[in-house]
Amino acid sequence: MSQEKTKTAEASVPFWKEMFSAKNMKLLSRPFGSENPVTVQVLGICSALAVTAKLQPALVMALSVTVVTAFSNLIISLMRNSIPPRIRIIVQLTVIATLVILVDQVLKAVAFEVSKQLSVFVGLIITNCIVMGRLEAFAMANKPWPSFLDGIGNGIGYGIILVIVAIVRELLGSGTLLGHQIIPSCFYEAGYSNNGLFILPPMALILVGIIIWIQRSRNRNLIEK
Amino acid sequence: MFSNRYIFIYTTVLVAGAAIVLALAATLLQPMQSRNEETATMQEILKAAGKDVEREAAMEAYNEEITAELRVDREGRVVARYVNEDGAWKQVEGDAGVSRAFDCNMKAELDKASKGEADAFFPVFVCRGGDAYIVPLQGKGLWGAIWGYLAIGKDFNTVEGATFGHKGETPGLGAEIAGEDFQKQFEGKKIFDSRNGDFVSVTVQKGGAEKYAGQLENAVDAVSGGTITSNGVTKMLKDCLSCYVPFFERMRGEGRTVDPVAVATDTTAFVPVVGQVAR
Repeated sequence: MSQEKTKTAEASVPFWKEMFSAKNMKLLSRPFGSENPVTVQVLGICSALAVTAKLQPALVMALSVTVVTAFSNLIISLMRNSIPPRIRIIVQLTVIATLVILVDQVLKAVAFEVSKQLSVFVGLIITNCIVMGRLEAFAMANKPWPSFLDGIGNGIGYGIILVIVAIVRELLGSGTLLGHQIIPSCFYEAGYSNNGLFILPPMALILVGIIIWIQRSRNRNLIEK
Repeated sequence: MFSNRYIFIYTTVLVAGAAIVLALAATLLQPMQSRNEETATMQEILKAAGKDVEREAAMEAYNEEITAELRVDREGRVVARYVNEDGAWKQVEGDAGVSRAFDCNMKAELDKASKGEADAFFPVFVCRGGDAYIVPLQGKGLWGAIWGYLAIGKDFNTVEGATFGHKGETPGLGAEIAGEDFQKQFEGKKIFDSRNGDFVSVTVQKGGAEKYAGQLENAVDAVSGGTITSNGVTKMLKDCLSCYVPFFERMRGEGRTVDPVAVATDTTAFVPVVGQVAR
C-alpha cells in the first residue's frame, strides 16, 4: 500500500520541479556569493587581471568560461563511471581542451574583433583552475544535471567578478562603458582626467582585493582562522 | 578495476572523438574565419590610405577605393596587374602565374628577395586611380612579428598614412606602435632625402624626431620604453620600402604620376614576364 502511495506521489511531482529543486538551485546560486570561485576560492585570478580593462572582452570571457565549465562538467559527469582513475586528469584535460578550442574557433568566426582582443586568454581557459577544480570536486562524483548547474553557477560567479572589475576599470580608466562615452565632456573641461592606473593590471588585483575585503567583512564565516 | 587494455582503448576512442569534433568544427567555420581575416586586412589597407571603415563594410569599400592591384619586381617593373570588375578581381596583364597582390604573402616575397631569387614580386595597392600607392610592411619587433601598411602619395615620396600591427609587443610600451598617436606622425613624412634625392626611408628616432641626424621630414618620434620595437619599425620600413625604390623611381622619373592604367599600357614601365624573369 505505502509503496504504491509513494509511487503516485513521485509521479505527481513534474520532472521540472525535480530539476529545479531548491537543492539544485543552490548549486547554481552558491558560487555567486559564499562559494565564489574568484573571491572565496581565489581561482582564475590571472585572467581576471588580463581581460578586465574593458567591459566587452570581460563579458565575452565570462560567457566563454561559463560555456566551458558547464559543458565540461556535463560531459565529465556523463563519463564519470567509465573514466579510469589513473588517467582521469588527462581525460579531463582532453575534454576541457576540446571545448576551449571549439569556443576559440567560434569566436574567431563570429566575434572577430573580440577574439583578437582576448587573444591568448581564450586558449588559457584550459589552465583556468576553476574549470578543472569543478571537474575534480564536483562532476566526478555527481549526476550530469547537478554538474551542469554547478558549472553554470561557477562560470557566472567568475563572470560577476570580472564584470564588476571591468565596469570600474573601464569607467574610471577610459570614461566609457562598452565603448560608449559615459563621463560627460563637461567633466573633462572642468579638469577631470581619466585615471591611467585603472587600465594597468595592478588595479584589477587591487579591485579584486577590495571585493574580497567587503565580502568577508559582511560574511565573517569566510574569514580563515 | 580498469585493465591496461581498457585504458588504452578508452584513451584512443576519446582522442579520436575529440579529433573528429575539432576537425569538423574547423572545417565548418573556416569560410567565416577566412572572410573575417580578409576583411580585417582590407580594413587595414584602407586605414593606411586614410579611409576609416567598419570591418563589415570593408570589402565593399575596398572594391570601390582600390582600383588596381599590382605586383612589381625588384627592377621596379610591373609584372602583373589586377583590376576589379563588378566585385571580382581579374588579371588584365602580366604573367598568369603571378597571383593577386592581396593574396600574396609579403614575408615570403621578402625572403625570396633576401636570397637573391629573381621571382620576388612585391604587392602594391593602387588607391583611387593613383592618388595613393599602398605597400605592405613586414618585420620583427621585440617579441614577435610586426607588420603594417604604408600609403605613398602620387609624388612617390610623401607618406599619406601608415598603420601598424603587432603579434605581442609589450602593452603600454612597444604595443603603442598600433596606436593612433604613433601612426599619425607618419602623415606628410618623406622617404627620400630632399637634399640629394637619396632613399632614406622614415626613421623612428629614439629621443624624438629632432634628434635625427638628417632632415626632420624623414623621421618620427620613437615610442618611449619601446626602443627595440621602434628600431624594428625603422628596419621594417627600410627593408620593405627599399624593395620598392626602383618602382618609385621609375614612376617618378618617367613623370607618370597618376594613372596606373598608363603604367600597364606603357611598355617601358610594364614588362610582362612570361616563363622566365628578365634581369
